[in-house]
Amino acid sequence: MKGKVAKLSYGDLTIRSLSFLYIGLMIVLPIAAITMASFKGGPGHLWKQILQPQAISSLKLTFLLALVMVVINVITGTATAWVLVRYRFPLKNTINALVDIPFAIPTLVTGMMLVVLYGPRSVLGIFLQNHGIEVIYNKPGIILALLFVTFPFVVRAVQPVLMEMDKDMEEAALTLGASKRQSFFKVVLPTLLPSILTGAALSFSRALGEFGSIVVVAGNIPFKTQVSAVYIYGEVESENLQGALGSAVVLLAFSLLTLVILNLIQRWSSKYD
Amino acid sequence: MSGIRVSHLTKSFGDFTAVDDVSFDVNGGELAALLGPSGSGKSTILRIIAGLEQPDAGQIFLTGQDVTNSRAQKRNVGFVFQHYALFKHMNVEKNIAFGLEIQKKGKKEIKEKVAELIDLVKLNGYNNHYPSQLSGGQRQRVALARALAPEPRVLLLDEPFGALDAKVRKNLSRWIRDLHDRIHVTSVFVTHDQNEAIEIADKLILVNRGRIEQIGTAPEVYETPATKFAASFVGNVNVIEAILEKERILVNGAQGHLRHQTLENGSFEPGEVILLVRPEDTTISREHSIETPGWIPCEITGIHYRGSFYEIDLQVGTNVVKSIINKEIFVQQQWQEHQKAHVHFKQYKVFEVSDGYQTVHAMLRQLGYIE
Repeated sequence: MKGKVAKLSYGDLTIRSLSFLYIGLMIVLPIAAITMASFKGGPGHLWKQILQPQAISSLKLTFLLALVMVVINVITGTATAWVLVRYRFPLKNTINALVDIPFAIPTLVTGMMLVVLYGPRSVLGIFLQNHGIEVIYNKPGIILALLFVTFPFVVRAVQPVLMEMDKDMEEAALTLGASKRQSFFKVVLPTLLPSILTGAALSFSRALGEFGSIVVVAGNIPFKTQVSAVYIYGEVESENLQGALGSAVVLLAFSLLTLVILNLIQRWSSKYD
Repeated sequence: MSGIRVSHLTKSFGDFTAVDDVSFDVNGGELAALLGPSGSGKSTILRIIAGLEQPDAGQIFLTGQDVTNSRAQKRNVGFVFQHYALFKHMNVEKNIAFGLEIQKKGKKEIKEKVAELIDLVKLNGYNNHYPSQLSGGQRQRVALARALAPEPRVLLLDEPFGALDAKVRKNLSRWIRDLHDRIHVTSVFVTHDQNEAIEIADKLILVNRGRIEQIGTAPEVYETPATKFAASFVGNVNVIEAILEKERILVNGAQGHLRHQTLENGSFEPGEVILLVRPEDTTISREHSIETPGWIPCEITGIHYRGSFYEIDLQVGTNVVKSIINKEIFVQQQWQEHQKAHVHFKQYKVFEVSDGYQTVHAMLRQLGYIE
């Protein structure tokens, strides 16, 4: 078929057009709509909405907590994947299946589980409060909720790479004089890095938009425990659409940015495989 | 002792005894093969020598030093893995430099050493390639260079050619033999391929079911009648591949046949055989029909003047046969290159070939009877 353009039949044309149309309607159109709507009053107006004190404070909180979550997730997720791949233990398959549970549970239920467990009326909650730690209706609760809902991302990104990586590479490092520590940091970690970063980016973007579990656990006090998604919801409810749009566009921009970063990671790591 | 000493090594995995009271020595500078079927325990022995597995009992000495209780990283052993085990995220240079960087060698020294090794393994120009961009043979050469970089006391190779296709395998194994002749590092390689072992090893260590069955040079281990007989020759002998049928022998690829009934040991086993013929026991003639038994058509492919006699290369079917003719007869017959002729073997011996022609060839080559 080289040098010759295949002739498309009507059937081919139809299915192509339909699928383009569908993607356009379902994905491109809503994104375009919200972007246009947010610029309705001009960029200056949009900027002002983004910089509303309450809006900017909830955006800051959102990013901060997402970052804290990502750092914890990278460590625990990599460690979990490591244990699941490298060790043998009873009920391994069951435990492996547990990892996916956060994806299956409705996020509101996740929030409720945390309230029941750590809430001011639970045994654990009272115990922690007596020691000056407030989990529910405060930031630790939000981080716990984020950790729960994003738990599978890093584990599931790292796991297959780890499975594919023979122990040979580490053994080679050992015979070349490296300590176990050196072999981990110089050989294993760099090999896992692309997949760890992938998991981190995915959980970060998921955390930016998390609503259901947070709205239950956070208490949603403006300037204190109100995340962006909850702020946007509040503004929409009180019919301040322009105010909601400012924060919404920022979240949208960062989500798209994550997508770009993910692509870059993939391109960079494909050089090694 | 400057090489490797393995003393009463035992290792079990659960109920399975992988290595059972194994002892052997590899002398300094020697290239030894641990030869055995898969699951025989040969790789486990190698891994214990490297410190990648701990033995249940027994001792390992490297260059006279007891290393049984020292960790792999302290043993200064070069190890080459079957599947290369290159560091994927490092280019060729970085892979080779790894051991030197761990040793905290100076930048300049590392650079020089890496350049030298890249030259040694003939990968010039591939410095910045990543393992994924190299062929299997190239990867294994990088792995070899990486293992040699920290100047190991011994070099251990675990089925180093196992993942390569037949042709690359053959080239690389010969090349490793040549390399070994140049750098003389005490080496042990694991293989299940008998020909490969015979081809390149100084010493064969036969392993089966976790035990040593025999240790020796290839001819000592494989005491086939053919090699024994060849050993009684002084100088070169022609090794001719043929098939024994009922009452006759057909030289592979050639027309005509020899009348013959039994093998040298008196038995009759139809199938692959080799004929061993001294160059001086051959006669060449121009005038014989193909039908005459005992005369086999051939072509003269080379003529070498040796003073009192002429050495003539003959292509007989798929075999190259050397013939020696004295000067007077040569002048009388006026042989020329590319001439068609017939050859007759005045004396020859017939031996059964049970492991394929290649095994016999490899062994005779190692003995130096053929090139």
